[in-house]
Amino acid sequence: MTVAPFDPLTRQLAASRSDANSRSHADLSSVSPDEHCSPAETRSLDRRDFLKLVGGGLLICLVPHTALSQESGRGGRGWGDHELPKDVSAWIHIDADGKIKVFTGKVEVGQNIRTSLAQQVAEELRVPFDSVTMIMGDTDLVPWDMGTFGSRTTPTMGPQLRSMAAAARETLIDMAAKRWNIDKASLTCDDCKIVDPKTSRTISFGELTKGEKLVKTVTGEERLTPPAQWKIAGTPVPKAEGREFVTGKHKFPSDITRPGMMYGAVLRPEGFSATLSLIDTTGVGRVPGAKLVQDGDFIGVVAPDAYSAVKALASIESRWKVPEQPSNEGLFEYLKANPEPGSKSEPQHLAGNVAEALASADIKLEDRYTVEYIAHAPLEPRAAVAEWADGKLTVWTGTQRPFGVRDELMQAFHLAESQVRVIQPDMGSGYGGKHSGEAAVEAARLAKAIAKPVKVVWTREEEFTWAYLRPAGLIEIRAGVKKDGTLVAWEHHNYNSGPAGIGTSYNVPNQLIQYHPSKSPLRQGSYRGLASTANHFARESHMDALSHAANMDPVEFRLKNLTDPRLRAVLQAAAEKFGWTSAKSTAASGSGIACGFDKGGYVATCAEVAIDPGTKKVRIRRVVQAWECGAIINPDGLKNQLSGAIVQGIGGALFEKILFSNGRIENPHFAQFRLPRFSDTPQIEIVLLDRKDLPSAGAGETGLVGLAPAVGNAIFAVTGNRPKSMPMAPENS
Amino acid sequence: MPDYVLNVNGARLKVTAPEDENLLSVLRNRLDLTGTKYGCGEGQCGACTVLVDGNPTRSCSMPVAGVAQSKITTIEGLEQHGVLTPVQQAFLDEGAFQCGYCTSGMIMSATALLRDTHRPTNDQILAYMNANVCRCGTYPRILAAVKRAAQLSSTSAAGGVK
Repeated sequence: MTVAPFDPLTRQLAASRSDANSRSHADLSSVSPDEHCSPAETRSLDRRDFLKLVGGGLLICLVPHTALSQESGRGGRGWGDHELPKDVSAWIHIDADGKIKVFTGKVEVGQNIRTSLAQQVAEELRVPFDSVTMIMGDTDLVPWDMGTFGSRTTPTMGPQLRSMAAAARETLIDMAAKRWNIDKASLTCDDCKIVDPKTSRTISFGELTKGEKLVKTVTGEERLTPPAQWKIAGTPVPKAEGREFVTGKHKFPSDITRPGMMYGAVLRPEGFSATLSLIDTTGVGRVPGAKLVQDGDFIGVVAPDAYSAVKALASIESRWKVPEQPSNEGLFEYLKANPEPGSKSEPQHLAGNVAEALASADIKLEDRYTVEYIAHAPLEPRAAVAEWADGKLTVWTGTQRPFGVRDELMQAFHLAESQVRVIQPDMGSGYGGKHSGEAAVEAARLAKAIAKPVKVVWTREEEFTWAYLRPAGLIEIRAGVKKDGTLVAWEHHNYNSGPAGIGTSYNVPNQLIQYHPSKSPLRQGSYRGLASTANHFARESHMDALSHAANMDPVEFRLKNLTDPRLRAVLQAAAEKFGWTSAKSTAASGSGIACGFDKGGYVATCAEVAIDPGTKKVRIRRVVQAWECGAIINPDGLKNQLSGAIVQGIGGALFEKILFSNGRIENPHFAQFRLPRFSDTPQIEIVLLDRKDLPSAGAGETGLVGLAPAVGNAIFAVTGNRPKSMPMAPENS
Repeated sequence: MPDYVLNVNGARLKVTAPEDENLLSVLRNRLDLTGTKYGCGEGQCGACTVLVDGNPTRSCSMPVAGVAQSKITTIEGLEQHGVLTPVQQAFLDEGAFQCGYCTSGMIMSATALLRDTHRPTNDQILAYMNANVCRCGTYPRILAAVKRAAQLSSTSAAGGVK
């Protein structure tokens, strides 16, 4: 598979599509299911323009049926002003040379979908993996997409692309049958050719598509190749373009340069919600080549080189009034006492009568759990290059939502859709932390002011301070169990952290489960797995405590209250691989287990920890994680994701914590914000359960949620003290 | 601003830069060698690691004036005539990356380690590489890649790691 975001074809395409868009923006609203018999249909004209540009060929478009369109369209949370998409969600183009290009708004951020999506297309088209090129996250080239988050690419974009590829294959077979004037039933598709097994004659995709200008619209109901028959999907294909990364050739967003480009930097307030009381910018003029850009509250500088931009920014003297604000101290009481203004909270899950069930339970247990704010800290901070040319703004930036950033730019500069192009080069990851386009807007503002391209790369301190954080939260749980270990009551309140993964998979007849949004003192947003980590930490710690209270083995106790066969399967698989029944805890080491379900993924995690008797330092020695998310598309990529999630989870579990007071982040540096490192990494064993009979689900997030409670339960096994706060072994507070 | 002729990847590159500008900024912003990455600017993450006279160096914390007389090797300088070094090849073979942003720094650090220590133990690798951060958490694979590179180096005639 090859990556060609900047090749001449795509450049030409982009130029033309924006022309087409600016000509007839309103025309994009209607779509016909059949392109061939609707010459007056304007959206299809757009696609015909597309074909004209690429010199013809076969273009396959998916017009999603209702279920799919809801997924690709406006979510429950409402992103921007987009209605359900009336146009297509992705394109596959097979050109006159038989080359296959896939156009999707999903983006590659390290989760390996550039590879796994191409595998699925190659599978259905019966072509080698390398013959598929993915064009991703370029708003002028690809159909609109809400963004890459929520583990949605695999369950939604995957089947859509498979449908299109299957339709492409069938169309090519039809074309060959017509060409040869024979029945299509006997023809097969292999290695970019249609084969007639009876005569051994073949015809290549290129020979079939040459001279054609064919548009085929599909609805996502094509017959797909069953996973049990997969030959390319389901196999450990290495990361696409891996060689570019080991040679330093891949251009990340912060690596992009443009002719005549200047370097920008933005003045930051001394604290959140601060107001400027005094400013002296005369120093900027003393830095050769530097210019001040001031636009209301926005104060920035540009310079011909990055060094001078930093000097120019540092020359500005400013004083700020920072209002009094909450600090770490008393945070959780604050979150409970301060609901989000205007928010209405209702139970997510309500059944039976919790109060009555608790009153009659043999064992009652009540506790509170907390999680701190943590930073995503992607190694590549926010970065953007902005260029204005002929009334059009083009921005290269690292984001999980290129179309969302396009919306931000349109709003900031009062531009039409056709006047903004956002290009997302595969970036230095995000983990849910790059949904927004701050650097893009800043670079565009500076570039507009000086009429030259401008690059803005945030410093690590800016990334810690002015991006958004994973929400802190308070979780209160009350639960009741019968003597025999049967759960009868479960009450779970989450303040501020979020509703993801809040529902219990255990059978509890009486439950009250509710998320209470709070007025967060810090800017907060998405994070890999969202609140699923916090809710699993609280729930699975509490389940562990209940099992001990009921004198039951933690695995036995869970299985007694669990009927979901998929969750039972991962729990049993993890326990078996770990050797749970023979694991012994001492005063120096011990084991814990946790399991859960979210976003289509089932996970169970066993952890063995050692605690130094002298220093009390916690070391995670071994982690076994069992995982099931339906049919596996790339077992190697999947293992990499799960192993990475475990390692990343160690940070939030043991030591990551944002320190803040009075509107300032107090530890905005890697020297102060403890990240997981080589020496923290345990022995990791991943057990994959491949359910070829079930639809594939995403795996980028839920692999994170088992680690913290498993480690907490292991610490309890050693010390007899239950950790109830993440991080459990902070080094900086 | 002073003029320098830097020896980078065997080539002599003219550059004008303030003497206190860090090498990372000079490489990325003046010489367009963007394979070396910014991660923290304080020598804590290793994304900016280059070799200065063979020694792993945090280019974000090294003023350009300090390397004016040195041989500088960046990630772009490892591959020779289309042949990857054993460390590069091993990272590829083990799939030792996710987003790939830390990869340049990891490879440069591992290259320096293997030059000094041909068959490093687990503990030696951990100690040497511990200042390099992979936020995606691919440490186990990077560890495996370093071990594999050690084997490749000892069996490969080309060596690549000098």
